[in-house]
Amino acid sequence: MSTATGRSSAAHMDVAYVARLARIAVTDEEAARYQSQLDQVLAYVEKVRELDLSGVQPMAHVQPLANVFRPDAAKPGLDRDAVLQNAPTVSGEQFLVPKIVE
Amino acid sequence: MGELNTITVTDAVKALEARTCSSEELVRALIDAIRRRDGALGAFVAVDEAGALDQARAADRARAAGVRAPLLGVPVALKDNLNVTGQTCRCASRILEGYVAPYDATAVARLRAAGVVFLGRTNMDEFAMGSTTENSALRLTRNPLDPSCVPGGSSGGSAAAVGGNLALAALGSDTGGSIRLPAVFCGCVGLKPTYGRISRYGLVAFASSLDQIGPITKTVRDAALLNEVMSGLDPMDSTTVDRPAPSAAALDGEGLKGLRIGLPKEYFGPGLDPEVEQSVRRAVRLCEEAGATAVEISLPHTGYAIAAYYLIATAEASANLARFDGVRYGMRVAGEDPYELHCRTRAAGFGPEVKRRILLGTYVLSSGYYDAYYVSAQKVRTLIGRDFEQAFAHCDLVATPVSPTLPWKLGAKTADPLAMYLSDVFTVTSNLAGNASVALPCGLIGGLPAGIQFMAPPFAEERMLAAAHAYERARGPLGRV
Repeated sequence: MSTATGRSSAAHMDVAYVARLARIAVTDEEAARYQSQLDQVLAYVEKVRELDLSGVQPMAHVQPLANVFRPDAAKPGLDRDAVLQNAPTVSGEQFLVPKIVE
Repeated sequence: MGELNTITVTDAVKALEARTCSSEELVRALIDAIRRRDGALGAFVAVDEAGALDQARAADRARAAGVRAPLLGVPVALKDNLNVTGQTCRCASRILEGYVAPYDATAVARLRAAGVVFLGRTNMDEFAMGSTTENSALRLTRNPLDPSCVPGGSSGGSAAAVGGNLALAALGSDTGGSIRLPAVFCGCVGLKPTYGRISRYGLVAFASSLDQIGPITKTVRDAALLNEVMSGLDPMDSTTVDRPAPSAAALDGEGLKGLRIGLPKEYFGPGLDPEVEQSVRRAVRLCEEAGATAVEISLPHTGYAIAAYYLIATAEASANLARFDGVRYGMRVAGEDPYELHCRTRAAGFGPEVKRRILLGTYVLSSGYYDAYYVSAQKVRTLIGRDFEQAFAHCDLVATPVSPTLPWKLGAKTADPLAMYLSDVFTVTSNLAGNASVALPCGLIGGLPAGIQFMAPPFAEERMLAAAHAYERARGPLGRV
């Protein structure tokens, strides 16, 4: 169970770019810290590429489930007031967000 | 029967049925213990004193009126990621500040129907991401057996509550060991049922293909009782299976007699604390004395499990946690446009470990890296599942250590995420393969517990719990090991 630090120097994540994809604002200082921690983790997870995986099917799910159907019948949803009371801002019966289009 | 806060669920059911105590007395004893000791222990993030007493009195009135239910009046604590109508549900995160659940999780609804009284909500690693509960944004939880040590995680509050006699039993969730590791660290029993046994509806999702709800209890029988009530098909979770719930009555069967127990050589190698290994091997000898046969087996891809697990779990988490966007629930930090609002809200709302995992998950799913990381991890998952299928052709159960080490000191691993991840090495395989597993202490070393884990093929909970129960009886009270 060695941590395999330095196993691969190829693993490197552009934290600032990935943080934008993930919609998380990061400071330069945070980005630098995550960078070194995640590069270490990435070097470790490179292990999965050591194996010969040709011909192996990827497993998305442990159960051999195909489509699970239910009757197409209308049923009551959650109580609207109870749901809306959790929203930071609402307008009438709707969630309120900043303007998206001009 | 000792103090009411120290009894088992099984004894509580008997006492309530015999009317030697009321549910109100039980709840009052627990509230009293929580008031006295939880300031130091830190197991709970919310205690519903008034609500629990109301439910307890209602249960007592129902019993007096002749109502029967398997757990009528039994108080249970819940991890802070399970929705209960009208209660806060924060996943120990800032981002869910102010959220009040508008519905019951199915597991909660089933316990409610069985007569359970909900005592309060327990601390956890934020969004169940961690192995020590130190990633909580709400408070620090200590190990009831040694307050300078971690309680394990991510269900550390549930385990500390049960181990510290502040709850008779509690629910946790287990994505890579989050029930089993803290249960053992706090001297309790932790059950991760087969994937698909218990509905995940109303459990705030971390990694949907790995998450399972399960009980943390003082005995194997208590775990079996709660599991029986919660198991079963649920139209709200299409991954649940339509099979009869495992019966707690199966514990009174043959136990360990005639079972072949496989010891995977990969779980007893370098990295395992020699004292923990001795303790587990002593436990296996007790199993043999109780009629089992131990055989060495191999699970050859074990060494790749942590890598595959952290790729799959973070990928799924990055998708699941996209819903925390500052629009529909929880906190919001204002922004000029939705993008800025999302970025600022998530920056302020998530803690460092959650951000690290979302970043890793986003990266491994991003264009150019998807096949190399995520799909490779899914292929390794296939190989790990195949390892177990082949092993179970040669044995009825697999027995392993739970944690490679004893509980460590608070703060010892917080600066090194990778070292923290590696503590899950013996537990993640069961989530990847989707099989059932149960963990319980097998000895105290310097006052801290080492644990043994029994793993069973999918849906073989009855066999597994009967064996764990037989071992627990052979072991005797933990202090004497």
